[in-house]
Amino acid sequence: MISSNKQPKQPIYLDNAATTRCDPRVVEAMLPYFTEFFGNAGSRNHQFGWKAEDGIEVAREQSAKLVGAQPKEIIFTSGSTESNNLAIKGAAEIYARAGAGQTGRGHIVTAAHEHKAVLDPVRRLMREGFDATFIQPPADGVITAAMVAAAIRPDTILVTIMWVNNELGTINEVPEIGRLCHEREIIFHTDATQWVGKMPTNVEADQIDLLSWSGHKIYGPKGVGALYVRRRKPRVRLEALQDGGGQERGMRSGTQNVSGIVGFGKACELCLQSMDSERERLLALRTRLETELVKRLEVTVVNGHPTRRVANISNISFGFVEGESLMMGVREIACSSGSACTSASLEPSYVLKSLGIGDDLAHSSLRLSLGRWTTEADIDASIEMIETAVNHLRRLSPLYDLHKEGIDLSKIVWQSH
Amino acid sequence: MAYSSKVIDHYENPRNVGSFGTSTEVAKRSDIGIGIVGAPECGDVMQLQIRVSDQGIIEDAKFKCFGCGSAIASSSLATEWIKGKSVDEALTIRNTQIVDELSLPPVKIHCSVLAEDSIRSAIEDWKKKAGATSAATKCSTS
Repeated sequence: MISSNKQPKQPIYLDNAATTRCDPRVVEAMLPYFTEFFGNAGSRNHQFGWKAEDGIEVAREQSAKLVGAQPKEIIFTSGSTESNNLAIKGAAEIYARAGAGQTGRGHIVTAAHEHKAVLDPVRRLMREGFDATFIQPPADGVITAAMVAAAIRPDTILVTIMWVNNELGTINEVPEIGRLCHEREIIFHTDATQWVGKMPTNVEADQIDLLSWSGHKIYGPKGVGALYVRRRKPRVRLEALQDGGGQERGMRSGTQNVSGIVGFGKACELCLQSMDSERERLLALRTRLETELVKRLEVTVVNGHPTRRVANISNISFGFVEGESLMMGVREIACSSGSACTSASLEPSYVLKSLGIGDDLAHSSLRLSLGRWTTEADIDASIEMIETAVNHLRRLSPLYDLHKEGIDLSKIVWQSH
Repeated sequence: MAYSSKVIDHYENPRNVGSFGTSTEVAKRSDIGIGIVGAPECGDVMQLQIRVSDQGIIEDAKFKCFGCGSAIASSSLATEWIKGKSVDEALTIRNTQIVDELSLPPVKIHCSVLAEDSIRSAIEDWKKKAGATSAATKCSTS
Protein backbone atom coordinates (compact mmCIF):
# COMPACT_ATOMS: atom_id res chain seq x y z
CA MET A 1 0.00 0.00 0.00
CA ILE A 2 1.26 3.44 -0.89
CA SER A 3 1.29 5.66 2.14
CA SER A 4 1.09 9.38 1.96
CA ASN A 5 2.43 11.64 4.63
CA LYS A 6 -0.13 14.23 3.61
CA GLN A 7 -3.20 13.86 5.81
CA PRO A 8 -6.53 14.55 4.07
CA LYS A 9 -8.13 17.72 5.39
CA GLN A 10 -10.66 17.00 8.15
CA PRO A 11 -14.19 18.26 7.52
CA ILE A 12 -15.53 21.03 9.74
CA TYR A 13 -17.29 19.32 12.63
CA LEU A 14 -20.75 20.80 13.20
CA ASP A 15 -22.38 17.74 14.72
CA ASN A 16 -21.67 18.35 18.39
CA ALA A 17 -25.26 17.52 19.33
CA ALA A 18 -24.56 13.99 18.06
CA THR A 19 -21.32 13.66 19.95
CA THR A 20 -18.33 15.75 20.93
CA ARG A 21 -14.62 15.30 20.65
CA CYS A 22 -13.28 14.02 23.95
CA ASP A 23 -11.27 16.80 25.58
CA PRO A 24 -7.57 15.81 25.74
CA ARG A 25 -7.58 16.80 29.43
CA VAL A 26 -10.31 14.22 29.97
CA VAL A 27 -8.29 11.54 28.19
CA GLU A 28 -5.27 12.44 30.30
CA ALA A 29 -7.28 12.04 33.49
CA MET A 30 -8.55 8.65 32.34
CA LEU A 31 -5.29 7.06 31.22
CA PRO A 32 -3.88 5.99 34.62
CA TYR A 33 -7.12 4.10 35.29
CA PHE A 34 -6.42 1.65 32.46
CA THR A 35 -2.95 0.56 33.45
CA GLU A 36 -2.00 1.86 36.87
CA PHE A 37 -5.21 2.12 38.89
CA PHE A 38 -6.89 -0.73 37.09
CA GLY A 39 -8.55 -2.22 40.14
CA ASN A 40 -12.19 -3.15 40.55
CA ALA A 41 -13.88 -0.48 42.64
CA GLY A 42 -15.70 -3.30 44.38
CA SER A 43 -12.46 -4.82 45.70
CA ARG A 44 -12.54 -3.48 49.23
CA ASN A 45 -9.49 -5.27 50.58
CA HIS A 46 -6.54 -3.95 48.61
CA GLN A 47 -5.22 -0.69 47.35
CA PHE A 48 -5.99 -1.42 43.69
CA GLY A 49 -9.66 -1.44 44.60
CA TRP A 50 -9.34 1.58 46.88
CA LYS A 51 -7.67 3.64 44.15
CA ALA A 52 -10.43 2.80 41.70
CA GLU A 53 -13.08 3.63 44.27
CA ASP A 54 -11.37 6.94 45.04
CA GLY A 55 -11.40 7.81 41.35
CA ILE A 56 -15.11 7.09 41.14
CA GLU A 57 -15.93 9.09 44.25
CA VAL A 58 -14.05 12.13 42.95
CA ALA A 59 -16.03 11.82 39.71
CA ARG A 60 -19.25 11.52 41.69
CA GLU A 61 -18.48 14.81 43.43
CA GLN A 62 -17.56 16.52 40.15
CA SER A 63 -20.77 15.28 38.51
CA ALA A 64 -22.94 16.23 41.48
CA LYS A 65 -21.44 19.70 41.56
CA LEU A 66 -22.31 20.32 37.92
CA VAL A 67 -26.02 19.78 38.60
CA GLY A 68 -26.23 21.05 42.18
CA ALA A 69 -26.83 17.60 43.69
CA GLN A 70 -25.32 15.60 46.54
CA PRO A 71 -22.72 13.00 45.44
CA LYS A 72 -24.89 10.22 46.88
CA GLU A 73 -27.63 11.19 44.45
CA ILE A 74 -25.55 10.33 41.37
CA ILE A 75 -25.85 6.91 39.73
CA PHE A 76 -23.33 6.16 37.00
CA THR A 77 -24.71 4.46 33.90
CA SER A 78 -23.64 3.79 30.33
CA GLY A 79 -25.19 7.03 29.09
CA SER A 80 -28.46 8.89 28.73
CA THR A 81 -30.32 6.04 27.07
CA GLU A 82 -29.70 3.83 30.07
CA SER A 83 -30.36 6.68 32.50
CA ASN A 84 -33.70 7.38 30.80
CA ASN A 85 -34.67 3.72 30.82
CA LEU A 86 -33.76 3.35 34.47
CA ALA A 87 -35.57 6.54 35.45
CA ILE A 88 -38.76 5.91 33.49
CA LYS A 89 -39.19 2.16 33.87
CA GLY A 90 -37.65 2.12 37.35
CA ALA A 91 -40.00 4.83 38.64
CA ALA A 92 -43.07 3.42 36.87
CA GLU A 93 -42.57 0.03 38.54
CA ILE A 94 -42.25 1.56 42.02
CA TYR A 95 -45.05 4.13 41.72
CA ALA A 96 -47.47 1.87 39.77
CA ARG A 97 -51.04 1.93 41.03
CA ALA A 98 -51.65 -1.70 40.19
CA GLY A 99 -49.52 -4.83 39.97
CA ALA A 100 -47.81 -6.32 36.94
CA GLY A 101 -50.16 -7.90 34.43
CA GLN A 102 -53.00 -5.52 35.27
CA THR A 103 -54.26 -2.49 33.38
CA GLY A 104 -54.67 1.01 34.80
CA ARG A 105 -51.23 0.93 36.40
CA GLY A 106 -50.81 4.68 36.11
CA HIS A 107 -50.47 7.54 33.68
CA ILE A 108 -47.27 9.03 32.26
CA VAL A 109 -46.95 12.45 30.61
CA THR A 110 -44.33 13.04 27.94
CA ALA A 111 -44.07 14.90 24.60
CA ALA A 112 -44.26 13.74 20.99
CA HIS A 113 -40.86 15.19 20.08
CA GLU A 114 -38.88 13.58 22.88
CA HIS A 115 -35.82 11.47 22.05
CA LYS A 116 -36.50 7.82 21.16
CA ALA A 117 -34.72 6.87 24.38
CA VAL A 118 -37.70 8.35 26.24
CA LEU A 119 -40.51 7.54 23.78
CA ASP A 120 -39.65 3.86 23.46
CA PRO A 121 -39.45 3.12 27.20
CA VAL A 122 -42.82 4.90 27.60
CA ARG A 123 -44.29 2.85 24.73
CA ARG A 124 -43.03 -0.34 26.34
CA LEU A 125 -44.72 0.66 29.61
CA MET A 126 -47.95 1.23 27.65
CA ARG A 127 -47.82 -2.40 26.57
CA GLU A 128 -47.40 -3.31 30.24
CA GLY A 129 -50.57 -1.69 31.54
CA PHE A 130 -49.60 1.99 31.86
CA ASP A 131 -51.29 4.88 30.03
CA ALA A 132 -49.43 7.78 28.49
CA THR A 133 -50.10 11.18 26.99
CA PHE A 134 -47.73 12.50 24.33
CA ILE A 135 -48.09 16.28 24.33
CA GLN A 136 -48.07 17.67 20.78
CA PRO A 137 -45.58 20.53 20.71
CA PRO A 138 -46.59 23.92 19.33
CA ALA A 139 -44.88 25.33 16.23
CA ASP A 140 -42.02 26.78 18.30
CA GLY A 141 -41.31 23.38 19.87
CA VAL A 142 -41.40 24.58 23.49
CA ILE A 143 -43.31 22.52 26.06
CA THR A 144 -44.72 24.77 28.78
CA ALA A 145 -45.87 24.00 32.30
CA ALA A 146 -49.42 24.89 31.21
CA MET A 147 -49.32 22.15 28.55
CA VAL A 148 -48.11 19.66 31.13
CA ALA A 149 -50.79 20.82 33.61
CA ALA A 150 -53.45 20.21 30.96
CA ALA A 151 -52.13 16.68 30.33
CA ILE A 152 -51.89 15.64 34.00
CA ARG A 153 -54.67 13.32 35.25
CA PRO A 154 -55.54 12.18 38.77
CA ASP A 155 -53.68 8.92 38.07
CA THR A 156 -50.51 10.54 36.65
CA ILE A 157 -47.46 9.03 38.32
CA LEU A 158 -44.61 10.36 36.19
CA VAL A 159 -43.85 13.32 33.96
CA THR A 160 -40.85 12.98 31.65
CA ILE A 161 -40.01 16.06 29.58
CA MET A 162 -36.58 16.69 28.10
CA TRP A 163 -34.85 19.92 29.04
CA VAL A 164 -33.53 20.71 25.54
CA ASN A 165 -34.71 19.13 22.34
CA ASN A 166 -31.81 17.43 20.61
CA GLU A 167 -32.82 18.31 17.06
CA LEU A 168 -34.02 21.87 17.62
CA GLY A 169 -32.13 23.06 20.68
CA THR A 170 -35.39 24.47 22.06
CA ILE A 171 -35.61 24.79 25.84
CA ASN A 172 -38.70 23.45 27.60
CA GLU A 173 -40.06 25.10 30.76
CA VAL A 174 -38.25 22.77 33.11
CA PRO A 175 -38.19 24.61 36.44
CA GLU A 176 -41.87 25.48 35.96
CA ILE A 177 -42.75 21.88 35.08
CA GLY A 178 -40.73 20.71 38.10
CA ARG A 179 -42.62 23.05 40.40
CA LEU A 180 -45.94 21.87 38.98
CA CYS A 181 -45.01 18.22 39.48
CA HIS A 182 -43.92 18.82 43.06
CA GLU A 183 -47.19 20.63 43.84
CA ARG A 184 -49.10 17.65 42.45
CA GLU A 185 -46.74 15.09 44.05
CA ILE A 186 -45.80 13.56 40.72
CA ILE A 187 -42.29 12.30 39.96
CA PHE A 188 -40.51 14.51 37.42
CA HIS A 189 -37.78 13.17 35.14
CA THR A 190 -35.90 15.24 32.59
CA ASP A 191 -33.57 14.03 29.88
CA ALA A 192 -31.04 16.84 30.17
CA THR A 193 -28.50 15.45 27.71
CA GLN A 194 -28.32 18.65 25.65
CA TRP A 195 -28.62 21.01 28.62
CA VAL A 196 -26.21 19.88 31.32
CA GLY A 197 -22.68 21.13 30.82
CA LYS A 198 -23.90 24.01 28.69
CA MET A 199 -26.36 25.75 30.99
CA PRO A 200 -26.35 26.27 34.77
CA THR A 201 -28.20 23.44 36.48
CA ASN A 202 -29.47 23.11 40.01
CA VAL A 203 -31.72 20.17 40.73
CA GLU A 204 -32.95 21.85 43.93
CA ALA A 205 -33.94 25.20 42.43
CA ASP A 206 -35.13 23.50 39.24
CA GLN A 207 -37.22 21.00 41.24
CA ILE A 208 -36.07 17.90 39.40
CA ASP A 209 -36.41 14.38 40.76
CA LEU A 210 -34.57 12.44 38.08
CA LEU A 211 -32.13 13.88 35.56
CA SER A 212 -30.20 12.08 32.80
CA TRP A 213 -27.06 13.12 31.01
CA SER A 214 -24.23 11.62 28.95
CA GLY A 215 -20.48 12.02 28.95
CA HIS A 216 -19.96 12.11 25.21
CA LYS A 217 -22.11 15.21 24.70
CA ILE A 218 -19.96 17.21 27.11
CA TYR A 219 -16.48 16.41 25.76
CA GLY A 220 -16.22 13.23 27.83
CA PRO A 221 -15.99 9.60 26.73
CA LYS A 222 -18.78 7.56 25.11
CA GLY A 223 -20.43 4.76 27.05
CA VAL A 224 -20.73 6.60 30.35
CA GLY A 225 -23.41 8.83 31.78
CA ALA A 226 -25.30 9.54 34.95
CA LEU A 227 -28.72 9.64 36.49
CA TYR A 228 -29.45 12.02 39.33
CA VAL A 229 -31.90 10.42 41.77
CA ARG A 230 -33.36 12.74 44.42
CA ARG A 231 -32.84 11.47 47.97
CA ARG A 232 -35.00 13.85 49.96
CA LYS A 233 -38.21 15.83 49.53
CA PRO A 234 -39.21 13.46 48.10
CA ARG A 235 -36.94 10.43 48.35
CA VAL A 236 -37.29 8.89 44.91
CA ARG A 237 -37.13 5.13 44.65
CA LEU A 238 -36.41 3.13 41.53
CA GLU A 239 -36.73 -0.51 40.62
CA ALA A 240 -33.38 -1.63 39.23
CA LEU A 241 -33.35 -2.85 35.63
CA GLN A 242 -30.17 -4.84 36.04
CA ASP A 243 -29.48 -7.16 38.95
CA GLY A 244 -26.16 -8.41 40.20
CA GLY A 245 -23.44 -7.14 42.49
CA GLY A 246 -25.47 -4.21 43.83
CA GLN A 247 -23.15 -1.45 42.65
CA GLU A 248 -24.42 2.16 42.46
CA ARG A 249 -26.68 1.80 45.50
CA GLY A 250 -28.21 -1.32 43.99
CA MET A 251 -29.74 0.66 41.17
CA ARG A 252 -27.16 -0.32 38.58
CA SER A 253 -25.36 -3.58 39.18
CA GLY A 254 -22.22 -4.35 37.23
CA THR A 255 -18.55 -3.55 37.68
CA GLN A 256 -18.14 0.18 37.27
CA ASN A 257 -16.50 1.60 34.16
CA VAL A 258 -13.82 3.24 36.29
CA SER A 259 -11.81 5.00 33.58
CA GLY A 260 -15.01 6.13 31.86
CA ILE A 261 -16.48 7.46 35.09
CA VAL A 262 -13.23 9.30 35.90
CA GLY A 263 -13.37 10.88 32.43
CA PHE A 264 -17.02 11.73 32.89
CA GLY A 265 -16.25 13.51 36.16
CA LYS A 266 -13.39 15.42 34.60
CA ALA A 267 -15.62 16.45 31.68
CA CYS A 268 -18.22 17.73 34.16
CA GLU A 269 -15.59 19.72 36.01
CA LEU A 270 -14.28 21.33 32.81
CA CYS A 271 -17.79 22.28 31.67
CA LEU A 272 -18.52 23.93 34.99
CA GLN A 273 -15.38 26.04 34.59
CA SER A 274 -16.01 27.24 31.07
CA MET A 275 -19.73 27.06 30.34
CA ASP A 276 -20.55 30.74 30.82
CA SER A 277 -17.88 32.13 28.49
CA GLU A 278 -18.37 29.23 26.09
CA ARG A 279 -22.10 29.89 25.84
CA GLU A 280 -21.49 33.53 24.95
CA ARG A 281 -18.92 32.60 22.33
CA LEU A 282 -21.11 29.95 20.70
CA LEU A 283 -24.18 32.15 20.72
CA ALA A 284 -22.28 34.81 18.77
CA LEU A 285 -21.11 32.20 16.25
CA ARG A 286 -24.55 30.67 15.87
CA THR A 287 -26.20 34.06 15.45
CA ARG A 288 -23.72 34.86 12.70
CA LEU A 289 -24.41 31.53 11.00
CA GLU A 290 -28.19 31.89 11.09
CA THR A 291 -28.30 35.59 10.22
CA GLU A 292 -26.02 35.18 7.22
CA LEU A 293 -27.81 32.14 5.80
CA VAL A 294 -31.26 33.68 6.19
CA LYS A 295 -30.01 36.91 4.62
CA ARG A 296 -28.33 35.24 1.66
CA LEU A 297 -30.87 32.54 0.84
CA GLU A 298 -34.60 33.12 0.40
CA VAL A 299 -37.12 30.69 1.96
CA THR A 300 -34.62 29.70 4.62
CA VAL A 301 -36.22 29.11 8.00
CA VAL A 302 -34.68 28.55 11.42
CA ASN A 303 -36.78 25.84 13.04
CA GLY A 304 -37.99 26.01 16.63
CA HIS A 305 -38.27 28.98 18.95
CA PRO A 306 -36.21 31.96 17.72
CA THR A 307 -34.55 32.71 21.06
CA ARG A 308 -35.48 30.04 23.60
CA ARG A 309 -32.73 27.71 22.42
CA VAL A 310 -29.33 26.53 23.66
CA ALA A 311 -26.44 28.39 22.06
CA ASN A 312 -24.89 25.51 20.17
CA ILE A 313 -27.77 24.03 18.13
CA SER A 314 -29.24 25.38 14.92
CA ASN A 315 -31.84 23.62 12.81
CA ILE A 316 -32.43 25.27 9.47
CA SER A 317 -34.70 24.36 6.55
CA PHE A 318 -33.66 25.45 3.07
CA GLY A 319 -36.80 25.43 0.92
CA PHE A 320 -36.83 23.47 -2.38
CA VAL A 321 -33.63 21.60 -1.52
CA GLU A 322 -33.48 18.06 -0.19
CA GLY A 323 -31.37 17.57 2.94
CA GLU A 324 -29.32 14.57 1.93
CA SER A 325 -28.30 16.13 -1.37
CA LEU A 326 -27.46 19.30 0.54
CA MET A 327 -25.20 17.31 2.87
CA MET A 328 -23.59 15.83 -0.22
CA GLY A 329 -22.98 19.36 -1.44
CA VAL A 330 -21.31 20.32 1.82
CA ARG A 331 -19.21 17.21 2.31
CA GLU A 332 -16.57 19.37 3.99
CA ILE A 333 -19.06 19.97 6.82
CA ALA A 334 -20.02 17.11 9.15
CA CYS A 335 -23.63 17.72 10.22
CA SER A 336 -27.06 16.07 10.41
CA SER A 337 -30.28 16.36 8.43
CA GLY A 338 -33.95 15.75 9.15
CA SER A 339 -34.28 14.33 5.66
CA ALA A 340 -35.77 10.87 5.29
CA CYS A 341 -32.88 9.74 3.13
CA THR A 342 -30.48 10.18 6.00
CA SER A 343 -32.53 8.09 8.41
CA ALA A 344 -32.72 4.33 8.59
CA SER A 345 -36.53 4.49 8.61
CA LEU A 346 -36.72 6.57 5.39
CA GLU A 347 -39.13 8.87 7.24
CA PRO A 348 -38.40 12.56 7.66
CA SER A 349 -37.65 13.74 11.19
CA TYR A 350 -40.61 13.07 13.50
CA VAL A 351 -39.43 15.99 15.61
CA LEU A 352 -39.80 18.47 12.75
CA LYS A 353 -43.06 16.86 11.63
CA SER A 354 -44.47 17.20 15.14
CA LEU A 355 -44.04 20.98 14.89
CA GLY A 356 -46.26 20.90 11.81
CA ILE A 357 -43.64 22.44 9.55
CA GLY A 358 -44.54 20.23 6.57
CA ASP A 359 -42.75 17.20 5.22
CA ASP A 360 -41.12 19.14 2.41
CA LEU A 361 -39.37 21.51 4.82
CA ALA A 362 -38.52 18.59 7.12
CA HIS A 363 -36.75 16.95 4.17
CA SER A 364 -34.91 20.23 3.60
CA SER A 365 -33.37 20.64 7.02
CA LEU A 366 -29.85 20.65 8.38
CA ARG A 367 -28.93 20.47 12.03
CA LEU A 368 -25.69 22.34 12.64
CA SER A 369 -24.38 22.00 16.18
CA LEU A 370 -21.36 23.89 17.45
CA GLY A 371 -18.88 22.97 20.14
CA ARG A 372 -15.73 23.72 22.07
CA TRP A 373 -13.50 23.60 19.00
CA THR A 374 -15.75 25.46 16.56
CA THR A 375 -14.00 28.59 15.33
CA GLU A 376 -15.16 31.72 13.61
CA ALA A 377 -13.29 30.58 10.50
CA ASP A 378 -15.28 27.31 10.57
CA ILE A 379 -18.54 29.23 10.65
CA ASP A 380 -17.53 31.62 7.88
CA ALA A 381 -16.39 28.74 5.66
CA SER A 382 -19.62 26.84 6.42
CA ILE A 383 -21.79 29.81 5.46
CA GLU A 384 -20.02 30.01 2.07
CA MET A 385 -20.25 26.28 1.42
CA ILE A 386 -23.91 26.04 2.36
CA GLU A 387 -24.81 29.06 0.24
CA THR A 388 -23.03 27.58 -2.79
CA ALA A 389 -24.60 24.15 -2.34
CA VAL A 390 -28.14 25.49 -1.83
CA ASN A 391 -27.83 27.64 -4.95
CA HIS A 392 -26.47 24.68 -6.97
CA LEU A 393 -29.37 22.50 -5.84
CA ARG A 394 -31.99 25.18 -6.41
CA ARG A 395 -30.79 25.48 -9.97
CA LEU A 396 -31.70 21.79 -10.26
CA SER A 397 -34.93 21.99 -8.28
CA PRO A 398 -38.27 21.85 -10.09
CA LEU A 399 -39.87 23.11 -6.87
CA TYR A 400 -37.78 26.25 -6.95
CA ASP A 401 -38.95 26.93 -10.53
CA LEU A 402 -42.57 26.58 -9.45
CA HIS A 403 -41.91 28.88 -6.50
CA LYS A 404 -40.41 31.50 -8.83
CA GLU A 405 -43.43 31.20 -11.13
CA GLY A 406 -45.54 32.04 -8.11
CA ILE A 407 -47.18 28.61 -7.86
CA ASP A 408 -48.19 27.48 -4.37
CA LEU A 409 -46.58 24.05 -3.91
CA SER A 410 -49.10 23.00 -1.30
CA LYS A 411 -51.93 23.35 -3.85
CA ILE A 412 -50.38 20.89 -6.32
CA VAL A 413 -51.68 17.34 -6.40
CA TRP A 414 -48.51 15.24 -6.51
CA GLN A 415 -48.30 11.81 -7.97
CA SER A 416 -47.02 10.14 -4.81
CA HIS A 417 -45.07 6.93 -4.91
CA MET B 1 -23.02 6.20 3.20
CA ALA B 2 -20.38 6.56 0.54
CA TYR B 3 -21.49 7.53 -2.95
CA SER B 4 -20.08 5.99 -6.11
CA SER B 5 -17.82 8.24 -8.17
CA LYS B 6 -20.45 8.26 -10.94
CA VAL B 7 -23.13 9.56 -8.58
CA ILE B 8 -20.77 12.28 -7.38
CA ASP B 9 -19.91 13.19 -10.97
CA HIS B 10 -23.59 13.54 -11.94
CA TYR B 11 -24.27 15.48 -8.75
CA GLU B 12 -21.44 17.92 -9.35
CA ASN B 13 -21.80 18.13 -13.13
CA PRO B 14 -25.42 17.30 -13.84
CA ARG B 15 -26.16 16.80 -17.55
CA ASN B 16 -29.04 18.52 -19.32
CA VAL B 17 -30.38 20.55 -16.43
CA GLY B 18 -33.26 22.83 -17.27
CA SER B 19 -36.57 23.06 -19.01
CA PHE B 20 -37.98 24.24 -22.33
CA GLY B 21 -39.83 27.16 -20.76
CA THR B 22 -42.13 27.94 -17.87
CA SER B 23 -44.71 25.35 -16.86
CA THR B 24 -47.45 27.24 -18.72
CA GLU B 25 -45.33 27.64 -21.88
CA VAL B 26 -44.34 23.99 -22.15
CA ALA B 27 -47.86 22.78 -21.35
CA LYS B 28 -49.05 24.21 -24.68
CA ARG B 29 -46.30 22.75 -26.88
CA SER B 30 -47.23 19.53 -28.62
CA ASP B 31 -43.59 18.61 -29.39
CA ILE B 32 -42.76 18.50 -25.70
CA GLY B 33 -43.60 15.75 -23.25
CA ILE B 34 -43.42 16.39 -19.53
CA GLY B 35 -43.09 13.84 -16.78
CA ILE B 36 -43.28 14.94 -13.16
CA VAL B 37 -43.09 12.10 -10.64
CA GLY B 38 -42.69 11.93 -6.87
CA ALA B 39 -43.85 14.36 -4.22
CA PRO B 40 -42.11 16.92 -1.98
CA GLU B 41 -43.33 15.18 1.17
CA CYS B 42 -41.65 11.97 -0.01
CA GLY B 43 -38.41 13.89 -0.41
CA ASP B 44 -38.09 13.53 -4.17
CA VAL B 45 -39.65 15.14 -7.22
CA MET B 46 -38.29 14.49 -10.71
CA GLN B 47 -39.24 16.56 -13.71
CA LEU B 48 -38.26 15.32 -17.15
CA GLN B 49 -39.03 17.22 -20.34
CA ILE B 50 -38.42 15.74 -23.78
CA ARG B 51 -38.56 17.45 -27.16
CA VAL B 52 -39.66 14.93 -29.75
CA SER B 53 -39.45 15.20 -33.55
CA ASP B 54 -42.30 14.32 -35.88
CA GLN B 55 -40.49 11.02 -36.46
CA GLY B 56 -40.72 10.20 -32.77
CA ILE B 57 -37.04 10.83 -32.00
CA ILE B 58 -36.17 12.43 -28.66
CA GLU B 59 -34.09 15.36 -29.91
CA ASP B 60 -33.48 16.94 -26.56
CA ALA B 61 -34.16 16.22 -22.91
CA LYS B 62 -33.99 18.39 -19.81
CA PHE B 63 -34.41 17.51 -16.17
CA LYS B 64 -34.87 19.10 -12.79
CA CYS B 65 -34.80 17.15 -9.56
CA PHE B 66 -35.55 17.77 -5.91
CA GLY B 67 -34.10 14.78 -4.14
CA CYS B 68 -31.03 13.08 -2.79
CA GLY B 69 -27.78 12.75 -4.71
CA SER B 70 -28.80 9.37 -6.13
CA ALA B 71 -32.09 10.80 -7.41
CA ILE B 72 -30.25 13.67 -9.08
CA ALA B 73 -27.75 11.27 -10.64
CA SER B 74 -30.50 8.90 -11.84
CA SER B 75 -32.42 11.65 -13.60
CA SER B 76 -29.26 13.21 -15.05
CA LEU B 77 -28.23 9.80 -16.41
CA ALA B 78 -31.73 9.23 -17.81
CA THR B 79 -31.49 12.39 -19.93
CA GLU B 80 -28.14 11.24 -21.33
CA TRP B 81 -29.53 7.85 -22.24
CA ILE B 82 -32.75 8.95 -23.92
CA LYS B 83 -31.34 11.76 -26.04
CA GLY B 84 -31.26 10.71 -29.70
CA LYS B 85 -33.32 7.59 -29.06
CA SER B 86 -36.76 6.95 -30.47
CA VAL B 87 -39.54 7.01 -27.89
CA ASP B 88 -39.96 3.26 -28.31
CA GLU B 89 -36.26 2.68 -27.58
CA ALA B 90 -36.43 5.01 -24.59
CA LEU B 91 -39.31 2.98 -23.18
CA THR B 92 -37.05 -0.09 -23.01
CA ILE B 93 -34.78 1.56 -20.41
CA ARG B 94 -35.16 -0.22 -17.08
CA ASN B 95 -34.40 1.05 -13.63
CA THR B 96 -32.05 -1.89 -13.05
CA GLN B 97 -29.75 -0.54 -15.77
CA ILE B 98 -29.57 2.75 -13.88
CA VAL B 99 -28.84 0.88 -10.65
CA ASP B 100 -25.97 -0.96 -12.35
CA GLU B 101 -24.53 2.10 -14.05
CA LEU B 102 -24.52 4.21 -10.87
CA SER B 103 -23.81 1.34 -8.43
CA LEU B 104 -26.81 2.38 -6.33
CA PRO B 105 -27.22 0.57 -3.00
CA PRO B 106 -30.56 -1.20 -2.29
CA VAL B 107 -31.87 1.73 -0.22
CA LYS B 108 -31.55 3.96 -3.30
CA ILE B 109 -33.32 1.70 -5.81
CA HIS B 110 -36.44 3.84 -5.56
CA CYS B 111 -34.45 6.72 -7.12
CA SER B 112 -33.87 4.62 -10.24
CA VAL B 113 -37.53 3.58 -10.29
CA LEU B 114 -38.49 7.23 -10.20
CA ALA B 115 -36.21 7.94 -13.15
CA GLU B 116 -37.78 5.12 -15.18
CA ASP B 117 -41.23 6.44 -14.22
CA SER B 118 -40.31 9.93 -15.34
CA ILE B 119 -39.29 8.64 -18.80
CA ARG B 120 -42.58 6.76 -19.18
CA SER B 121 -44.58 9.66 -17.88
CA ALA B 122 -42.92 12.19 -20.25
CA ILE B 123 -43.42 9.92 -23.26
CA GLU B 124 -47.06 9.31 -22.35
CA ASP B 125 -47.59 13.04 -22.05
CA TRP B 126 -45.99 13.64 -25.46
CA LYS B 127 -48.08 10.88 -27.06
CA LYS B 128 -51.25 12.36 -25.63
CA LYS B 129 -50.40 15.84 -26.88
CA ALA B 130 -49.10 14.69 -30.28
CA GLY B 131 -52.15 12.45 -30.73
CA ALA B 132 -54.47 15.32 -29.88
CA THR B 133 -52.77 17.56 -32.42
CA SER B 134 -52.92 15.05 -35.26
CA ALA B 135 -56.58 14.35 -34.45
CA ALA B 136 -57.28 18.07 -34.51
CA THR B 137 -55.48 18.42 -37.85
CA LYS B 138 -57.53 15.60 -39.32
CA CYS B 139 -60.75 17.24 -38.18
CA SER B 140 -59.85 20.58 -39.72
CA THR B 141 -58.83 19.11 -43.10
CA SER B 142 -61.81 16.83 -43.49
